[in-house]
Amino acid sequence: MDSKNNVMVFIQQDDGAIADVSVELLCKARELADRLGVGVEGALAGSGMEARAKELLAWGVDRINLVSHDALAHYAPLPYTKVMTDLIREREPQIVLYGATTTGRDLGPRIASALKVGLTADCTDLQIGDHELQGKLYKDILYQIRPAFGGNIIATIVSPEKKPQMATVREGVMKLTPKKPGHKGVVVETKAQIGPELLQTELLECVKEARTVNLKGAQIIVSGGIGAGSKENFDLIAKLAHALGAELGASRAAVDAGWVDKAHQVGQTGTTVRPKLYIACGISGSIQHRAGMAESSRIIAINTDPHAPIFQIAHYGIVGDLKEVIPAFIKAYKNKA
Amino acid sequence: MSLNIVVLVKQVPDTKNVTGKAMKDDGTVNRAALPAIFNPEDLHALEAALTVKDRNPGTRVNVITMGPPSAAQVLKESLYRGADFVALISDRKFAGADTLATSYALKCAIEKIGGVDLVFCGRQAIDGDTAQVGPQTAEKLGMNQVTCVSAFGAETNAVDAKKRTITARRSIEGGYEVVRTKMPALLTFTDEGFSPRPPSARRVMAYKNAVAAATNDASYDECYMNASACKDDEIIVLWDIASIKADPESCGLAGSPTKVKKIDSVVLTAQDIRMIDNTEEGIARLVHELIADHTIG
Repeated sequence: MDSKNNVMVFIQQDDGAIADVSVELLCKARELADRLGVGVEGALAGSGMEARAKELLAWGVDRINLVSHDALAHYAPLPYTKVMTDLIREREPQIVLYGATTTGRDLGPRIASALKVGLTADCTDLQIGDHELQGKLYKDILYQIRPAFGGNIIATIVSPEKKPQMATVREGVMKLTPKKPGHKGVVVETKAQIGPELLQTELLECVKEARTVNLKGAQIIVSGGIGAGSKENFDLIAKLAHALGAELGASRAAVDAGWVDKAHQVGQTGTTVRPKLYIACGISGSIQHRAGMAESSRIIAINTDPHAPIFQIAHYGIVGDLKEVIPAFIKAYKNKA
Repeated sequence: MSLNIVVLVKQVPDTKNVTGKAMKDDGTVNRAALPAIFNPEDLHALEAALTVKDRNPGTRVNVITMGPPSAAQVLKESLYRGADFVALISDRKFAGADTLATSYALKCAIEKIGGVDLVFCGRQAIDGDTAQVGPQTAEKLGMNQVTCVSAFGAETNAVDAKKRTITARRSIEGGYEVVRTKMPALLTFTDEGFSPRPPSARRVMAYKNAVAAATNDASYDECYMNASACKDDEIIVLWDIASIKADPESCGLAGSPTKVKKIDSVVLTAQDIRMIDNTEEGIARLVHELIADHTIG
C-alpha cells in the first residue's frame, strides 16, 4: 500500500508493550478507511519493536511504519515529534489519530503545531461526511465530535482545508473489532536520524504502581457522584460496591471533592466502561460522565432530583436519598444471596 | 541564578458553577450565566513560577494572557500574588482563534519579551480541556517541554544554574516520572502539587486600581520600565497584533484550521425507564429481579 491519503494511527508503546488505545484506534481507522476506500497505516517508534509491529498487522492494518532508534525506546517530546512529522510529510495520510493518553496529548499538539494543521482533543465519535465552506464543497472529510464547554454542548469540528486531519481519542471510547487473520500487510522499517540537539529530556525516575482499580474489566460498577454530599456518604457507596463484588466508580466531581482516587473516575476524562450493571448513586449525569458509561447493559440511577439527566438514560430509576436507598439495597441483597 | 519566566494564563468561564442557563435559545453559549475565573491550573503554574523566584532571587515573573479587555482581571490577580510584569494581548483580529492560532500569538508575545528561560502554563483550561496550547507553543518556540508537572524534582532547588537544567515530576498513567530538561523549556502544570498563595494585602492595595495602558509598539524593555515607573495605575501593558509583530493570516479565525461545523445542545436519547418505589419492598423486588436474571449474585 504505497498510496497517499491513508488513515494513520500513532501506535504508542510503553516499555515495548502496545497501548490498548492504539489497537482500538486501528480498529476505528479500518472502519474509516473502508468508508473512504483507502488503507490503514500505523506509525510506531521504538527500539527492538519488529515482532510487535508484525503482530499489529492482524488488526486489518495495511502498513506499519516502524521507526527504530535507541533514543525512541522511551517517549520524549523532541525525538518523537521529529520522527512523526518526518513520517507524516513522507506518507501524506489524510487522517492521523492519537490515543488521548499523557503521551498522545504531549505529542499530538506538537505535531499539529509543526505541520500547522488542526487537532481536536478527546473526540467521543469520528465520522466521515461532507462540509461546505465559503461555497466550496469538501467531500468525505473527518467529523471530529466532542463534548465542549463543560459538557453543556456537543461540538462537531472539521478541518477541511488542511491535511492531515488529526484527533485524539480516549482509551475505551472506540470498540475493538475482531482480528482479521488473513489480512495482508507490510512492516516497513527505517532507522531514525536523531541529532544530539533533540536529546534534551533525561529520565531520572519512573514509578508505576500496579493498577489496583480495574474499571474496564468490571462486570458490575457502583459509582458515586457529588450528590453523595460527604466523604461519609461516599463510603456508603463503596460499601455497596463491596457487598456486590463490584468495582467502585466515581464522577469527576466526586474525585475533585477528594472523596475517592482519580483511578476510579468514569467518563470522558476518566475511564470508559461497558459493564453488565452500572449503579449511579448521586450522579446527575453530565455529558462527560454519560460518555463514559452510557453503553452499560443496565443502568440503575439513584438520585434525589427526579429531573437529573441520568434518569433519561437509566433503565431503572429510584428517586430518593442514597442514605436510605443503599442500606435497603444491601439488606435486600444479603437476605436473598 | 536569576531567570526570566513567562507564565501563560487564561480567564475562563467557570463551567463547574453554571448559574442559570448555560445556553441561550439560539444555541450559543450564555456567558452571562458563567462567572469568569482564573483558570485553576494556570494559578498553579503562577505559583510554580513564584516558587522559582523565591529560591532564585532576581528572577523575573512575566504573566501574559490573551483575551478581551475584561481578561485584565486575571493579570491583576497575578500582580496581587507577585508578578513583576503583566501584559494583555488583545485584538479583534484574535477572535475565533483555535489552539493553533492561539499558540502562534502567544509565541509572538514570548519572543517579544525575549531571553526567556522558562515558560509555565496550566496543563489545560477548564472551558476546553484540550491541553494543546502548551505543547503547541513549545513547538513554535523550538523549546523542549515537560507536561503534567505536579512538583519540582527532589532536589531543594529544581533549577541547576550551571548546567541550565530544570528537574520536574510529571504525572503519567498510574504513576509518575522525574525528568530533567535543558532550558529554555516549557512546563505545563496540573493542580496537584502547588498550592497557590493568597493575594498579598500589600500588593492588593498597590494594584487594586491597575488598568491597561494604551496600546503601544515600544520594546519589551521600554514597556517594563514604563510599567515599573508608572504612577497612574497603568501597569497592565496592552499589546495588539502589531505590537507583537504577528501575521494576521496566522491569527484568529483566519489562522485556525479547525472550524466548528455545528453545535448541538445536549439531547438525551429518551428510553423507557422503570421507576422503582423508594421503599424497602420496592428495592427488594428490584434486587430479586437482578439476581433472578443473573445480573448480580
